[in-house]
Amino acid sequence: MKAAPFEYVRAGSIEEACEVLQREGDAVKVIAGGQSLIPMMAMRLVRPGLLLDINEIAALKFITMDPDAVRIGACTRQSVAERDEGLASRMPLLRQALAWVGHVQTRNRGTVGGSLVHADPCAEIPLVAQILGARMVLRSTAAARTVQADAFFSGPMMTVTEPNECLEQVQWPVWGERRTGSAFTEISNRHGDFAMVSAAAQLALGDDGRCVRAAFGLGGVGQTPLAFPQLAQRLVGTRLEDEVVRSVAHDAAAESEPGSDLFATVPYRRQLASVLATRVIGAAHEQARSKG
Amino acid sequence: MSDKLYPIAVEVNGVQRTAQVPARLTLVDWLRDELRLTGTHVGCEHGICGACSVMLDGEPVRSCLMFAFQADGHRVTTVEGLAQADGAMSILQDSFCQTHALQCGYCTPGMLIAAQGLLNSNPRPTELQIREAIGGNLCRCTGYQQIVDAVRQAAERLSAEVK
Amino acid sequence: MTMAQVASGFRYIGTKRRTKEDPRFVTGRGRYAADIALPGMKHVALVASSHPSARIVSINTRAALAVPGVLYVLTGEEFCAGTDSLYIGVDAPKVTRYALARGIVRYAGEWVAAVVADTRAIAEDAAELVEVEYESLAYVIDPEVSLAAGAHLVHEAHGSNILYHRKFVWGPVEEAFAKADHQLAFRATWGRSSTVPIETFGVAAQWDAGVGLLDIWASIQMPKFPDQTARALRLPGNAVRVHFDVDVGGSYGLKRGIKHTVLVGYLAMKLGVPVRLIEDRLENMRGGDMHGPDRFFDMQVAFDRDGTIHGLKIRAVDDVGAYAGRSPLQLGKPVGAICGPYQIPAIEYEPTSVMTNKTPQEAVRGFGQSPTNFALERAMDRVARHLGMDRIELRRKNMIRKDQFPYLIPSGSSYDSGDYHTVLDKALAAIDYPALVRMRDEARRAGTLAGIGISTCLEPSGGNTSFEMLFNPKNETTTWMDSCLVRIDLSGSITGLMSTSSSGQGHETLVATVVGEILERDPANIRVIHSDSLNALPSNSPVGSRMAIMLGGAAAGAARKIKDRLIDIAAHNFECSPQDLEYHDGNVNVKGVASKALTWDQLVEIAHRKYHKMPAGMEPGLQAKFVWEVPTGGGIPTPDGRVQMYPCYAFETHIVYVEIDPDTGKPSIKKYLCGHDCGVMINPDIVHGMTYGGIAHGIGATLYEKFAYTEDGQLASGTFMDYLIPSAMEVPEIGIVDHCTPSPLTTFGQKGSGEAGYLGAPAAIANAINDALDPLGASIDTLPISHLALWETITAAQKKQA
Repeated sequence: MKAAPFEYVRAGSIEEACEVLQREGDAVKVIAGGQSLIPMMAMRLVRPGLLLDINEIAALKFITMDPDAVRIGACTRQSVAERDEGLASRMPLLRQALAWVGHVQTRNRGTVGGSLVHADPCAEIPLVAQILGARMVLRSTAAARTVQADAFFSGPMMTVTEPNECLEQVQWPVWGERRTGSAFTEISNRHGDFAMVSAAAQLALGDDGRCVRAAFGLGGVGQTPLAFPQLAQRLVGTRLEDEVVRSVAHDAAAESEPGSDLFATVPYRRQLASVLATRVIGAAHEQARSKG
Repeated sequence: MSDKLYPIAVEVNGVQRTAQVPARLTLVDWLRDELRLTGTHVGCEHGICGACSVMLDGEPVRSCLMFAFQADGHRVTTVEGLAQADGAMSILQDSFCQTHALQCGYCTPGMLIAAQGLLNSNPRPTELQIREAIGGNLCRCTGYQQIVDAVRQAAERLSAEVK
Repeated sequence: MTMAQVASGFRYIGTKRRTKEDPRFVTGRGRYAADIALPGMKHVALVASSHPSARIVSINTRAALAVPGVLYVLTGEEFCAGTDSLYIGVDAPKVTRYALARGIVRYAGEWVAAVVADTRAIAEDAAELVEVEYESLAYVIDPEVSLAAGAHLVHEAHGSNILYHRKFVWGPVEEAFAKADHQLAFRATWGRSSTVPIETFGVAAQWDAGVGLLDIWASIQMPKFPDQTARALRLPGNAVRVHFDVDVGGSYGLKRGIKHTVLVGYLAMKLGVPVRLIEDRLENMRGGDMHGPDRFFDMQVAFDRDGTIHGLKIRAVDDVGAYAGRSPLQLGKPVGAICGPYQIPAIEYEPTSVMTNKTPQEAVRGFGQSPTNFALERAMDRVARHLGMDRIELRRKNMIRKDQFPYLIPSGSSYDSGDYHTVLDKALAAIDYPALVRMRDEARRAGTLAGIGISTCLEPSGGNTSFEMLFNPKNETTTWMDSCLVRIDLSGSITGLMSTSSSGQGHETLVATVVGEILERDPANIRVIHSDSLNALPSNSPVGSRMAIMLGGAAAGAARKIKDRLIDIAAHNFECSPQDLEYHDGNVNVKGVASKALTWDQLVEIAHRKYHKMPAGMEPGLQAKFVWEVPTGGGIPTPDGRVQMYPCYAFETHIVYVEIDPDTGKPSIKKYLCGHDCGVMINPDIVHGMTYGGIAHGIGATLYEKFAYTEDGQLASGTFMDYLIPSAMEVPEIGIVDHCTPSPLTTFGQKGSGEAGYLGAPAAIANAINDALDPLGASIDTLPISHLALWETITAAQKKQA
């Protein structure tokens, strides 16, 4: 399983990377962690003429705490993000999700940005981005633009990234509420496998225990990771009673459009969607409650 | 199309190695076929079995999912580089022998890298943490039990040393 | 052979000892097929058919040959004319098999052409440019469709899709069914899985035209490999030299790359350069011909209300894929333990081996015994359920008792020894069975689906593979031998020579331990090497859990000869008889006279250099070989198909506790205990290691692994993303409790254990899952039991109950 021949260029800066993209257009593929790209190249499913390596762009490796957001450079390794204490306290849902991403070796090489641009509908980082409304900063030689998650993911393995654009950083909005809790879960065949269905939730409680803010979503049950902002609104103002949560989870499952494959049928995915959404909202609730 | 060659300089097991490599030559194939460090093994070439695991700048990665050119300027440690300075087996390698944590030996180099990576950052791993750390390394011979025993034993021996 | 000693009487055998193999592997110094670099070596990549069934209209190699660095493109037309068909285990001479298809392809993934180039990458580039024009033909994927009239014939010349069929009737079967209080019938299905070692198959060959010799280095575990290679290449046997000192990265029966080897051998001879093929994982999964049993059992059981099993009817249909090879015989091996550990006097066994347009099978650990044990143990649990009887009590009642050995089963095999009840008791005590039941019941009250599964199974060992002649009377083979040569050199160091390859079983440790035991010399200083096929003594390879018995016995036999010779040398020099002497740690002295002694070094010197001190007629030096036939071997099947199969029967009982999340169908093995009796263990760590590995493999076969096919004959799980090998997160902590019932047939009382764990795990896990589903009135008898299958079963049962 040797890749088809290609040429290679290593960018030292984002500007250099954008110049190559501008010049080469469709012939070039960006490689960051390569954990998704290289297997496809080994199987000759993908055969770029030119590989643009952005792994050595130091300026793309950072985790910066802003007042109301965390900014992560596109080439930040997933394992670095997983170990970052600042990230753990301000963006716990991302850390929870990262624990489910492949295995140790995957995360030591895979990047936060790479997973987002790869845009697998069942992947963990894109799901968190979707439900929290993360903002992707895309650079080209001419300009930079910021695209919110729900506009960024356009289909299975597809984003609105133009051929001449490179993801530079991701801005993750931080919730200010004190009693915020989050949870991530997924069902896969084996630990570390692609999720059949994944679920993520983040909630905030008021001092009286009522939900004041909610976000949740499902992966693996649509063309992109799915957030359910309107259904999440139904949780706001409630005490997240079992029937309320179950009803919201059930409706989210009903709204989703799962596909069928070797391991899961449409009905099974819908069931998992409903069950996991229920569990993850419940777990987020527990965590929020514990911040008495 | 004849493969164009690119220059690389990589520190491998503490020794600086330079080479001219085709772009598509993976790190594992460069280590094995060009440097003749055949201790690292190929099992699947699509990033699942972990037999190709090496340390990149001290962290376990799958060397089948890297091209050799991507290692330019970095440090690689293979199983051949795990021995102590005097050439003796590392505590972890010795523990693998003590608990018989291998049979055919094919997954073993990758296991050692994954396990050493764990012990480097977590000197007191629980059984679950050990299993998670080697969760990306498939073995068909051992059922993992004696491997987990080896890592646990190595952790105990290493922390006894530190004392 | 002498009577066995109990393990505690040994110095080295049965003790915890580091193995000889581990040090080289932990330091990355193993020498696997892909590690061998021959100067000027070229590389092979394959062109594979994407059709399950098609006529090859044309093959255009022009573009491929034009790629710089490509030496040759070989197609079936040339290759099949220049070599002979690979060996077929059953009487089906028209079902010929070659590494490359000629004229017709019979499965998606079958190799159609081989490209030889300077590098593997270039060979793959060129392989993509080989243009093959196909004309699609009808195909058959389902074995029951394949058996039916009018099915597409996979091999037209054979006239049928059936490779083998016979109905064996042993004992008064119809009478047993007529008289029994109850009967039940059900189908148990074993999904297509395999051992899938982490190392794929690899082979390098080099032809030396100067001496007319083909050297082969391969990742091989196969009886008669050099002979079959030579035959297919139309070479005399002594023109092929297979190097058995290549480390094999796991095999568990499977690494029979005979087609790869004939292909590479042919290319090496034709091109005059060394040639190597290392399967990549895609080639391996789809075209390596290494799938495993794909079998369903229609079981019928006749039993009384008190639980006594009177008879069994087993109809087993196995879909071997598009070619025969040795795989149909995997229906034959279970004949040797067809009733498991139970006293069942009447058995009807009807095996059918059928072809479809799928990847062919190869020998998988246990050679069909694990699927059979699964079917038998599901039957036991169903009988228990039918009667409302405890599953353990049912087994206790029917298991052969320890005073009944040797026990002759209806199909003609005699079980050598066993104490099944004690092992079961030990296992139940070790897991605290009553506490386990309470745990299960509590979990059930909390709303979880929870179940305990038991299996009591046999591991036939010793590899008296008399199923060869049983299934093909034209194949009059009754020799299953092994051998060892031991020599002591002039410096007094000991070397053992074994005549086959190893794939992780610790054979070097086995030989060193046994030789050390007999000669009373430290095994750490005994070197064990692997011969090549030209200087090898006869060996039938590690198969059928035979090496502890056969290689262990041969090593002991050779060591004993050496020991006797040392004593004879001393007797000659002390002018007394051997009975007057004592042997301690390699030194010999006159009994009671410590001063009249010859040390090891002195004896060695005499043997090698002091002919004037040697007994008359004794050969110089200190070397001895031992070649022997498997105990109980040499028998020929009776007309009704009874024959002694394997000589020694190890026993295992598995007790498993699982919980299933009813909302997601996700199973979780919470507790696992194996009680194991393989007689005397020569190296306990090695035996335990293989048992843990066998259980992990069994977990894979039961819950995760399947070579799934689409309706249009494509392999849907041809990568490691879809073929799910369990990781350390899927395999739980496993407890093993040992018991030792020595075999009366072997040197030290050892039985084989290479297949331990795998033979009983799927049965126990399946039984645990079914116990968990029992309160819902549901059951699953098809493996693997995926999350999806569980959820669908649970959901259907809940609907029914509502």
